[in-house]
Amino acid sequence: MASILAVDDSASMRQMVSFTLKGAGFDVVEAVDGVDALSKAKGQSFNLVITDVNMPNMDGISLIKELRGLPAFKFTPLLMLTTESGNDKKQQGKMAGATGWIVKPFNPDQLLATVKKVLG
Amino acid sequence: MSIDMAQFHQVFFEESFEGLDIMESGLLNMDPGTVDDEEINSIFRAAHSIKGGSGTFGFNDISSFTHIMETLLDEMRDGRRPVTPEAVDALLRSVDVLRDMLAATSDDGEVDEERVQEQKAELEQILNGKPGEVATDVGAADAAAQPVGGVEVRPIGWHIVFRPLPHMLRTGNDPLRIIRELAELGDLKSAGDISALPALSNYEPEDSYLSWDLHLHGDVEKQAIDDIFDWVEDDCELIIMPLLPEGEPEVAMVSAAAVPAVSEPEVPVVQAAPPPVERRSKKDRRSSKDRRTNNRRQSGGSSGGGSIRVEISKIDALINMVGELVITQSMLSMLGEDFEMDRLERLNDGLAQLERHTRELQESVMQVRMLPISFTFSRFPRLVHDLSSKLGKKIELKMTGESTEVDKTVIEKIGDPLVHLVRNSLDHGIEMPEERLAAGKPETGTINLSASHKGGNIVIEIRDDGQGLNRDKIEEKAIEKGIIDEDHNLSDQQIYELIFAAGFSTADVVSDVSGRGVGMDVVRKNINELGGGIEIESDPGKGSAIIIRLPLTLAILDGQTVTVADETYIVPLVSIIESIQVKTDQINRVAGKGETFKLRDEFLPILRLHELFGIENPKASSLEEGLLVVVEGDGRHCGLFVDDLLGQQQVVIKSLEANYQRVDGISGATILGDGSVALILDIPGLLRLAAETGADSAAKLTA
Repeated sequence: MASILAVDDSASMRQMVSFTLKGAGFDVVEAVDGVDALSKAKGQSFNLVITDVNMPNMDGISLIKELRGLPAFKFTPLLMLTTESGNDKKQQGKMAGATGWIVKPFNPDQLLATVKKVLG
Repeated sequence: MSIDMAQFHQVFFEESFEGLDIMESGLLNMDPGTVDDEEINSIFRAAHSIKGGSGTFGFNDISSFTHIMETLLDEMRDGRRPVTPEAVDALLRSVDVLRDMLAATSDDGEVDEERVQEQKAELEQILNGKPGEVATDVGAADAAAQPVGGVEVRPIGWHIVFRPLPHMLRTGNDPLRIIRELAELGDLKSAGDISALPALSNYEPEDSYLSWDLHLHGDVEKQAIDDIFDWVEDDCELIIMPLLPEGEPEVAMVSAAAVPAVSEPEVPVVQAAPPPVERRSKKDRRSSKDRRTNNRRQSGGSSGGGSIRVEISKIDALINMVGELVITQSMLSMLGEDFEMDRLERLNDGLAQLERHTRELQESVMQVRMLPISFTFSRFPRLVHDLSSKLGKKIELKMTGESTEVDKTVIEKIGDPLVHLVRNSLDHGIEMPEERLAAGKPETGTINLSASHKGGNIVIEIRDDGQGLNRDKIEEKAIEKGIIDEDHNLSDQQIYELIFAAGFSTADVVSDVSGRGVGMDVVRKNINELGGGIEIESDPGKGSAIIIRLPLTLAILDGQTVTVADETYIVPLVSIIESIQVKTDQINRVAGKGETFKLRDEFLPILRLHELFGIENPKASSLEEGLLVVVEGDGRHCGLFVDDLLGQQQVVIKSLEANYQRVDGISGATILGDGSVALILDIPGLLRLAAETGADSAAKLTA
């Protein structure tokens, strides 16, 4: 069973992502910001991390950079949820080590399609 | 897989309203000219979350409105745009509009479309100098997203050369996944190229050395292929060429790390159902009405059903306590299995433990309902900001004790009375700047709003350094309205308290700010309903203060049990001053005004509970036989005549209204240890009741 870490400071988005993924049979752990996510990632390994970009305490890009530096997350797909239509955030994310992105707004089907893509 | 998105709406609305509060207080704290990074970041994040959520949950009007706010905030955040007072005010107004839009969507109400468009136009004006461009921007991007390549002949497939750069695996991307995805688009023939593989001694296991030559046959849009490679654009060398029918020359479309110039603009990777928000353009606005009805339908069922957000630490404490309780329970049941008298001590210990845990559990459960009063206080900076500029006054609002926790019901019900009181301070209390200067006071007036715990009560104070209450004016008005006689004998304090009398308003002109029909009597009634009381202090020329006392929780009350005949009543401990046995010489009977007794130079009226409630055969019928419980309500004192006092205990309040009906003088009921029901006395209500029926009982007494 693949496990996924879902990181978002918005409770409604987090619930939607988590509910969708759990419904598709994934194990989902939720985190409310980058700091929370990082501490959870250090205690457990995940097959995939989906993170929002704009968050208090630690944003998604810093989180990706930190995660990519951990041996357990060297090859783990790290996806960011972004509404930024410009290239800026995506480039910053890529530089930090992100695998790819999902552009908001998205619906549950689109989310699942993307997740299944990276988890095979 | 279909998921009912409506289930997330409630949470979305709640967090959006919270986000709006954050934006509002952040904007109010912002000093034009300078930008506090953390402040503007949190405002931006709130707007960003609302935009993201509303887009996801299908509230496109909200999403497109927030998009403009977000753009403006983003530019301010990056320092590309100065923070001007005009922009801050426009954003504050936008927060209001957005709050209305959210409320209307959440409650199936009407959105004031005109106001939304006006506000939108204002924001766009600030953003562009001329309205309309932001919306068109988004539309234009969408239009540009259509394939623009000059391929006129439809290709029969694509020839793709895919050469991952060595680091690709370390971005979490897997070439196999990409190839598998391509295979889903059509008939894929692949040829691997291992020529780049180094000698084993130089081999880095984490690098990728393979490359592929792929032929994809089928009617496939180039866009679909670009989407698959979207994430790895910079992590590979990539050549995509159309496979043309026989006779057509092959045109290379190169896109590689070295040549990142892809002709198309950036396109969202998920294309299955283009998100409607991205499509919004000028002409779409006309159909916004339809969308609104659509939104309303989607949000159906999500309104109401009040929920509460609880800190995890509180839940943990609760679970911990239940665990303790389970342990105690199992210990007691083990003890009970073969009980002998020599274990009595252990049984008593166990019962004491059970009692302690039950009480702690009760406190923990209460904590769940407790919220910081900042939920209520947070609206005041805005109120003061708006009203002081409207009135031309200079006022500073200071708030303390915002983290004081109060019951959720208090949060919900205390808001309106507090708004009224703060408005009063603004309107009547604080003087105009020139008056203040003339009186030797600083030009800027101060209103202090504070909350604190004081001995089992929550005390909320609204204190200003204004002119204080105008005693003469109140007196004059009270006489004019017939509330008091001209030859009254009232102290200054009693005069001040007249402002709480029904139908009293001193405002000469009913202004927009205060005096809109809701008087202080309503404020006091609301606070009484919460089981609290209100007091007033005034120092002419120096200021005035309103002090509100509220019980810590509305579900449990410390009570004194008293008996009248066979009935047991609960008197809230907070309203009891003392209990005494009176002597005959202390009692006065005044014709037409009932009985009074003298307590330390004060004459207090006596309320015979058995008469008031029509109970026959009380054990004590003459005053010397029973007890007088001296109680206080709304600043008035009286002696409550009862048969006997039993004990003090915490009682759980059960609503009488919900289970039976409202009864004057009774605030609720509770169930006692022996299973019988006892009524809880509402002291201020009882005093009112006694005043109303005073004439009757006086008649009875003299008869």
